Amino acid sequence: MSLLRPTIAAAKLLLVLTVILGIGYPAVVLAIGRLAPGRADGSLISVQGKVVGSALLGQAVTDPRLFQGRPSASDASGATSGGSNLGPGDVRLAAAVSEREATLRAANPNATGPIPADALTASSSGLDPHISPAYAAWQLPRIAAATALPMADLETMVGEHTAYPALGFIGNATVNVTELNAALAARLDR
Amino acid sequence: MSPLLQTVLALATVGVIVAVLGYPLATWLHRVFTDERHWRVERAIYRIVGVDPNTEQRWSVYAISVVAFGVVSVVALWLLILVQGWLPWSFGRSQTWHGALNTAISFTTNTNWQSYAGEAGAGHTVQMLGLTVQNFVSAATGLAVAIALVRGLARAGADRVGNFWVDLTRGSVRVLLPIATVAALLLILGGVIQNLNAPSVVQTLTGGPQTIPGGPVASQEAIKMLGTNGGGFFNANSAHPFENPNAWTNLLEIVLVLLIPFALTRTYGLMVGDRRQGRLVAAVMAVLFAGAALLTTWSETAASTLATGSMEGKEERFGIAWSALFGTATTATSTGAVNSMHESYSPLGGGMLMLNMMLGEVSPGGVGTGLYGMLVLAIITVFIAGLMVGRTPELLGKTVGRKEITYAALASIIMPTLVLTGTAISLLLPSARAAMLADGPHGLSEMLYAFSSAGNNNGSAFAGLSADQPWLNLSLGAVMFLARFGIIVLTLALAGALASQLRRPVTAGTMPTHTPIFGVLLVGIVLLLAGLTFFPSLALGPLAEALS
Repeated sequence: MSLLRPTIAAAKLLLVLTVILGIGYPAVVLAIGRLAPGRADGSLISVQGKVVGSALLGQAVTDPRLFQGRPSASDASGATSGGSNLGPGDVRLAAAVSEREATLRAANPNATGPIPADALTASSSGLDPHISPAYAAWQLPRIAAATALPMADLETMVGEHTAYPALGFIGNATVNVTELNAALAARLDR
Repeated sequence: MSPLLQTVLALATVGVIVAVLGYPLATWLHRVFTDERHWRVERAIYRIVGVDPNTEQRWSVYAISVVAFGVVSVVALWLLILVQGWLPWSFGRSQTWHGALNTAISFTTNTNWQSYAGEAGAGHTVQMLGLTVQNFVSAATGLAVAIALVRGLARAGADRVGNFWVDLTRGSVRVLLPIATVAALLLILGGVIQNLNAPSVVQTLTGGPQTIPGGPVASQEAIKMLGTNGGGFFNANSAHPFENPNAWTNLLEIVLVLLIPFALTRTYGLMVGDRRQGRLVAAVMAVLFAGAALLTTWSETAASTLATGSMEGKEERFGIAWSALFGTATTATSTGAVNSMHESYSPLGGGMLMLNMMLGEVSPGGVGTGLYGMLVLAIITVFIAGLMVGRTPELLGKTVGRKEITYAALASIIMPTLVLTGTAISLLLPSARAAMLADGPHGLSEMLYAFSSAGNNNGSAFAGLSADQPWLNLSLGAVMFLARFGIIVLTLALAGALASQLRRPVTAGTMPTHTPIFGVLLVGIVLLLAGLTFFPSLALGPLAEALS
C-alpha cells in the first residue's frame, strides 16, 4: 500500500483547512469583535483621557491611599502571567505568607480582625483584578486615614464596585480593585 | 454559601445546560456522520484534495490516513513555529527546536501541553495559522475515530468503517466551526479580547508600567474549550482575565468542554439503534464526573491544611467551587486548561485531578476520545463479566473474541506503560529532576502529573515543572505521540474486527449492556484498572503528602 497518496491528501487537506479555520474563522471573529470594540480591545479604562490599564487586570499598587489587590507572582507586570505554583506544604509558601502578613500589619495599624485569605495568597493569573469584600473592608481604616475622606463615602465607593454572584452561586462576591482605585484616584484629584 | 453546596448547585446547572444543548447536538452529529450528501463547500474541498468522498475505507486505510494527517500536521506546525520570526505579528517570540517539536506534537495530538509561555513563545500568526487550526482538526480527528468505532458496532458483515477525509472535513466544518463561532461571540461579550494588537505598555494608576496584551484570543479560546484542547493563549491559561474574565465566561467554558463528549453518547445510541446504550454510557460518565468534582471541592475545603485556606493559585472571581469544577471538567475531558494552579491544590485535591486523567480520559473524556475510550473499557467489562458467568462475551451482538479483546487490552495498557515508564526514567535523570520546583512527595506528583497529562493527551500541568528542556520536551513529546496514535490505530483495528462480524441474535443468555448492573460493573472496571495500575505511585505522591 502506498503511503504517498494519503500523505499528499493530508497535506492538501491541512492547507485547505488552514485557510478556512486559521484565516477565515479568526477573521470573522475579529469582525464580530469590532461590534464591541471596547471589550475586544481589553476593557481599557482611562483617567483624564489617558489609558491607565484594563478593568480586567489587577495592578501593582504602591500608593497607600489606594486599595491593594491580591499578591502576584509576577508583580502584575502583564508581560507574563501565572501563579507561584507552590504546593500547600512548601516552606517557601509559608514564608511568603508570613512575610505578606507582616507587611500588611505594618501598613495597616488600625485594621481590625484577621487578614482575609485572599490578601495573603497569590492569585492564579498574577493579574487578578478582584479582592473579597472582606479584604476591601479590612483596608478601609488605612485608606480613610491616608485620604482624609469620610468613611461613609469610602464604604459607598466600595459598594459601587462590589459584585455579587448571580442566583447566589454563579461565581464569588468580589470587589474590582482596578475600577475602584480609578474612581478613588479621580476623586482624590478633584 | 459553603463551597460544597456551591459545587452541587453548579453541577446541577452545568448538567441541565449540557443536557439541553447536547440533545439536539447529538441528533445533529448523527445526521452529519450518516448524511449521504455533501455540502457544496465540502465537494470543493474534496476536489482540491483529490479524494473520492463516496468511497469508504477499510480500517487499515482509515488508520493510515489518520496517522498520515497527524504526521503531516506535526511537521507543518513544527516548521511554522521555527520560522515565526519571519512572519508578521511575531513580536520576537520564539521557541527552541525541541520546544517547538514538543508544541507541534502536543497540539496535533489534542494534548496541548505547553512547555512555552504563550506570552513568550507564540505570536499571533502561529496562534491562528498553527494552534487554532490544530485545535479544530485534532478534535475532529478524535470525533472521526469515535464515529468509525461506532460504525464498527452498528454494521454487520462490513469491511469498511467510513472515509477519514470526509469525517474530518464534516467534523470541522459542520460541527466545530459553527459552535466555535457562536461561542467566540459570547466570549467577546463577556470581555475576552479579540484583536491583532501588539502588547502595549501603559502607566498604571500609581505610575508603574503594565503590559496590556493583545491577540486573537476569543477565536482561540472558543475552540480551545469546545475541542477539549486546552492550550492557553497566555501562560496563565483560563485563569488570565483576558481568556476568562468572569463567572459567566467560566460557566460557558465548562459547558463547552463537556458538550460534545456527553452529546456523543446519545449519537452512539442513535447510530447503533438502541438509545439505552448511549444513556448507560452517559450515566457512567456523569457519576464519575460528579464524584470527582465533589471530592475535589471537599479536599480544597475540609481537607485543606492551611490557615489561608486554598486560595493560593486561585482567582477571586471563581473561588474554590468554580475552580474545582473547572479543574475537574478540564482534567476529566482531556482539555487540560486551568483556571487555577493545580500544583497549589491540597494534596488530595491535586491527586483527584491527576486521577481524572489516569482513568484514561473517559469521564467523559475528550471529543471522540472519551467515547472510544469508554467503549474499549465496555468491551473489557463484557469480557470479564463473560468469564465470571461462563458465557460468550458480546457487545451489541458482536462477539468479543481473541482478536477483539487483544486490541482492547493493548489499547488500555499503552497509556499506563508510557506514563509509568516516562515518570520513572525522568525521576532517575538528574537533568529532569533539576526541572522540578518541589521535592519529596510533591515533587513526585509534579513529574507523575506531567507524564499522566502527556500519556492521556490532556495537557494540564503542575506548572512548577520547568519542562522546557531537551529531555522533557522530547520524552513528553514521544509519550503524547505514541499514546495518541497507538490507541487510535488499535481502536480502528477493533472497529474493523467488529464491523466484519455478523450480529448474533439476542437470546436468554445475552448479558444486557444497558442496565444499571452493567453500569456498576463498568464503573468498577474503570476504577479498578486505574487503581491497580496507579495506586503505588499515587501512594508515594499525593497520598503520602496528605498524610504527612
